[in-house]
Amino acid sequence: MRLYAWAVYAFLYLPIGIIALFSFSAGRSASQMQGFSLQWYGRALNNPFVMEALWTSVRVAFLSAVLATVVGTMAALALTGMRGRTRKVFDLLVQIAVMIPGIVIGIATLIALVSVFDLVNPWLEALTGWKLSLGTGSLVAAHGLFTMSLVVLLVRGRMETLDGALIEASGDLGATPMGTFWQVTFPQILPAILAGFLLAFTFSFDDFIIAFFVAGAETTLPIYVFSSIRRGVTPEINAIGTMVMAASLFMLIVAQLLLRRSQAQARR
Amino acid sequence: MTDATTTHVRAPEAVAEFVGATKRFGEVLAADRIDLRIRRGEFLSFLGPSGCGKTTALRMLAGFESPTEGEVLIDGRDVSAVPAHKRPVNMVFQHYALFPHMTVAQNVGYGLRQRRPRLPKREIELKVAKALATVRLTDFGPRRIWEMSGGQQQRVALARAIVNEPQILLLDEPMAALDAKLRGEMQRELLELQRSLGITFVLVTHDQEEALAMSDRICIMGKGRIAQVGTPQELYDRPRSRYVADFVGKANIVSGQITGRQGGMAQAVLGNGVKVVLRDEPGDARTAAEIAIRPEALGLAPRESAVPAGTAAVPARVTHRTFLGGHTEYLLTAEGIGPLQVNIPRQAERALGGHDVGASVHVLWPEGTGLVLAADD
Repeated sequence: MRLYAWAVYAFLYLPIGIIALFSFSAGRSASQMQGFSLQWYGRALNNPFVMEALWTSVRVAFLSAVLATVVGTMAALALTGMRGRTRKVFDLLVQIAVMIPGIVIGIATLIALVSVFDLVNPWLEALTGWKLSLGTGSLVAAHGLFTMSLVVLLVRGRMETLDGALIEASGDLGATPMGTFWQVTFPQILPAILAGFLLAFTFSFDDFIIAFFVAGAETTLPIYVFSSIRRGVTPEINAIGTMVMAASLFMLIVAQLLLRRSQAQARR
Repeated sequence: MTDATTTHVRAPEAVAEFVGATKRFGEVLAADRIDLRIRRGEFLSFLGPSGCGKTTALRMLAGFESPTEGEVLIDGRDVSAVPAHKRPVNMVFQHYALFPHMTVAQNVGYGLRQRRPRLPKREIELKVAKALATVRLTDFGPRRIWEMSGGQQQRVALARAIVNEPQILLLDEPMAALDAKLRGEMQRELLELQRSLGITFVLVTHDQEEALAMSDRICIMGKGRIAQVGTPQELYDRPRSRYVADFVGKANIVSGQITGRQGGMAQAVLGNGVKVVLRDEPGDARTAAEIAIRPEALGLAPRESAVPAGTAAVPARVTHRTFLGGHTEYLLTAEGIGPLQVNIPRQAERALGGHDVGASVHVLWPEGTGLVLAADD
């Protein structure tokens, strides 16, 4: 049984470990370790196409995470205030949204956006000489839409464990509902909101499938990696992959720590 | 507010008043036509088992619930539609509800920081320091809440409420989370605080000893209604119903036939034919009634010849004997009456001797003890 477990973990993590290892290779082959060097990291960071794709990815991830966090938090707060069947339906919809495959969201968002563009663009063009197209905006919209449900789930979870007596105590001490929100509720759910932001950012930064459909002329880092693989895998790809992975891991760990803190707060 | 609310006769000594206050939660009637005046400066307790409506009454005073029917007045003003943050009352919550992301001093100063126009920072600091000194936590201001023990947290909650100088301090089972020893200490501290501040305290508790020890008056509740209001002594000596007699102290409840009444006294025949003389509720004309008598009002005699003249005696058999230090608790069964409890003080037992389990004895019922109960609703 223990051996079996090790085998599963090896199967999961060995390829990733090998990519990280080979990214330090001094040779030209992506599947062979030939000495140690950091040259491929230098190459990747000096490649203008990589840097542009990286910048696009960071921009999209940041904007979509902000969008998801703001809208998701507001949705979570509204859901907490709701009662009965309406709340159950919306809670279920949010949970389903997390489970829908990326390819479905990608295609659906693409079709929806293109249909809207087709409808609106003739008018827009006639009026302003400018028209809507796929690009950063559609990427942010699609990613924000998906990651919003992650934020809703996290913030809802925290709101459920929030001691209602704290809210009442604040009101009892003379705070207006708005005052209570900013002085008590918000500080209490802030770790969950930040964790939601980081998860949303990481998801958007790493996403390939949805981005592939709605990116238009933009190239995010995962799309760049995918297209350069078609021209042959170099250790440069390994280096990019390792850096992306390290950054994602870092953010996920921070998100985990924040969530733990918010759970500890709920228990007190 | 508007003139319409002043049509109620304003009693200067009443700091708050329930006028037919009723609260429904869907089908559940949590508070049923509560009528009660809370006197300025008194220590009043709502006492009752869980679900009796005592917490609902407190929450209607605090402003967390508004009555479905009837009114709640504070200072002669109908506040039924006034939200909690605009009421001159403050609450100590059952689990204190201290803000975990603030220090002790920030918690205590929270109410003062909500005031508009804003109070000067210096004034807030002074008031917080004074409140912390009042609850003997002078140097604890910079501490975090989770660094405080349960008893200390309770004192923080108390300071956070009294710093606002409320008209009424509401206490929702504040001792429930403390251990027994600390509880007694806190009860004395709370009483001293109430005397020195002169603020009206309204306490909710299910612990009858707590209510008896602390209150000027107790309002006993059951099924959303007020069962009886009175001083602890009144409730103990003159419970009006079986419910109250059972809830405040222990009471033997036996049924009997009233054969005559005169001058506040009633003659009754118990189920086994023994005649007793009781105190009577005036204005009651029933012949079949329930009679309450406290275990410490009864005595025990080993045989008929030891029964003093003029004292009614009920033959009974000892089923349990529990030595409790200051007194010994006897459980007995009396034919035609049922179980009885008799408490014999240690001193009397030493002078007259104890009784073994299984012994046949006579339960002594002195003339003029026991009380005819009003019918329960």
